[in-house]
Amino acid sequence: MNKRIVVLVLAALVALATLTPVLAEAEKPYAGTTLTVCNWYDYIDEAVIGMFEEETGISINYVNFTTNEELYTKLEAGAGNYDVIFPSDYIIERLIKDDMLEELNYENIPNAQGLLDWIKNPDYDPDSVHSLAYMWGTVGIVYNTTMVDDPVDSWGILFDKKYAGQVLMMNSIRDTMGVALKYLGYSMNTDDPKALEEAAALLIQQKKDGIVDGYFVDETKDKMVAGEAALAVMWSGDAMYAMEKNDDLAYAVPMEGSNVWIDGMCIPKGSQNKEAAECFINFLCREDIARMNMDYIWYSTPVQAVVDGMSEEEFNDATLNPPQEVIDRCEYFLDVSDYYDIYEENWMQVRIAR
Amino acid sequence: MKRSWLATPYAIWMLMFTLVPLVFVVYYAFTTKAGDVTIQNFAKVFTPGNLQVLVDSLRLALFCTVLCLVLGFPAAYFLSGKDFSHNQTLVVLILVPMWMNFLLRTYAMMTILENNGVLNTVLTAIGLPKVSLIGTEAAVLMGMVYNFLPFMVLPIYTVLKKLDRRVIEAAEDLGANPMQVFVKVVIPLSVPGVVSGITMVFMPAVTTFAISRLLGSGMIYLVGDMIEDYYITFTNRQVGSALSLVMLVLVMLSIGLLRRVDPKGEGGGMW
Repeated sequence: MNKRIVVLVLAALVALATLTPVLAEAEKPYAGTTLTVCNWYDYIDEAVIGMFEEETGISINYVNFTTNEELYTKLEAGAGNYDVIFPSDYIIERLIKDDMLEELNYENIPNAQGLLDWIKNPDYDPDSVHSLAYMWGTVGIVYNTTMVDDPVDSWGILFDKKYAGQVLMMNSIRDTMGVALKYLGYSMNTDDPKALEEAAALLIQQKKDGIVDGYFVDETKDKMVAGEAALAVMWSGDAMYAMEKNDDLAYAVPMEGSNVWIDGMCIPKGSQNKEAAECFINFLCREDIARMNMDYIWYSTPVQAVVDGMSEEEFNDATLNPPQEVIDRCEYFLDVSDYYDIYEENWMQVRIAR
Repeated sequence: MKRSWLATPYAIWMLMFTLVPLVFVVYYAFTTKAGDVTIQNFAKVFTPGNLQVLVDSLRLALFCTVLCLVLGFPAAYFLSGKDFSHNQTLVVLILVPMWMNFLLRTYAMMTILENNGVLNTVLTAIGLPKVSLIGTEAAVLMGMVYNFLPFMVLPIYTVLKKLDRRVIEAAEDLGANPMQVFVKVVIPLSVPGVVSGITMVFMPAVTTFAISRLLGSGMIYLVGDMIEDYYITFTNRQVGSALSLVMLVLVMLSIGLLRRVDPKGEGGGMW
């Protein structure tokens, strides 16, 4: 063999060998970083985390929370502990007010372009300066068709003595007060003490009449699957999960209207790894990843390409992909922290009633 | 070398995780959100509705302690009479539940007690009517007794095991029948263990929260749940701390009363 060729080949190999790590380095600029992510329970396909770690070399420290209020309390105790959080609309608004969120740098989040148009400019965070939608959905009633013969189209059925001991309510201040407020014709974000007192009175009566079987959050879906109750207030994704496991279950968003919510992805102030965090947010907005998460947790996706790629059955599923008229009769939760003590007092009355 | 040095790690631990948090609790209890001194937080604690919750918590904790004593004492007495140097099966049976996290045990209890749960499935299978337990005080009580029973059995067992057999023999020699031996000798000598057991059961029972939420279906609302709600749901550490402080004083008072029964603290000296 010609010696010169051998030398050339060797030189090429050496160059390649030295270049490869450099290339890998360029692809994985944040390798070795650890991101602390605080998300809701059961709210991601765990495989996604592994894929992200493999692709970027970033390791994820994944922790959970159950209610928005719990997340807020955790953040208030020390915001620097987390790099990416998943609060809902009204808590995002409150966190912005408290100046606890970083502004997102969209140069690092190119996939944000692909979100649904209506979701790009939410009331609680105009132009999505501090947050980007992760999932969205509605609050409604899951009912067991073998135990309920009446049409389920109003919140009123939750207060009907006919279903004594058969109704599961949500152990969540805004959701449950919101249901009562909506049924009485008020806004879910009211600051009127009279309206809140009326709502509390309604919930107390419901409890005293023995209609309520229990107040839960994460346990509700499994109880409905097991046929423990006839009716339950639930988030749409939990409803999808339950209906998948039990064919007798159905979901309805009452005519009085309900809550349409968005869970966003935000970076709290004090995060030491803002760019890596943006990299993670970008990853979750990628079509294949968003699809994986939708398949796993059953909530509605904000990614246009995933909606476009839905099967006809999925697209027409009012729970997974709520039609416009449902969204129109629902309202967002807004921040009520300025008059939160009225909510607090009235919710406490419901909790201690017996 | 002075031996007291050996306690340094524990002292640091205590300082960080008991003393400092306690200082914070006291601070929050007597201040407003803005940091001004106030007693308003206590006014919020002592409302008629809240007092009812307090009374319920104390009542359930008392029931739980009595049940644990009634179930635990005979068990401890029985165990202490056996020689387990070769066969520890029974002691292990008492201890096994403690090897598992209490929350998991409570979830397991929930599955058993649910309306369509294990218990009712069995009852239906053998032709008996269903019982509706979940969401009642009875279910919460069962969960509490299940979780806290070992804390009653173990201190009593330890004291009875150390009991000098010769004292019993002496009583027998002096003509006491087995009943008299038990009532006049064994029970009085077991008091330190009983006191220790009562404290160890009563204290966690009076502030329990996850058990009431899961087995009480959120319908049985106890002080522990209330403190959790003030801290987590309302982000209101001030009232939460005031409530915690009230509970702390109540628990300390009850321990003080118990101390009079066992002034030398012989019940394993845990407290």
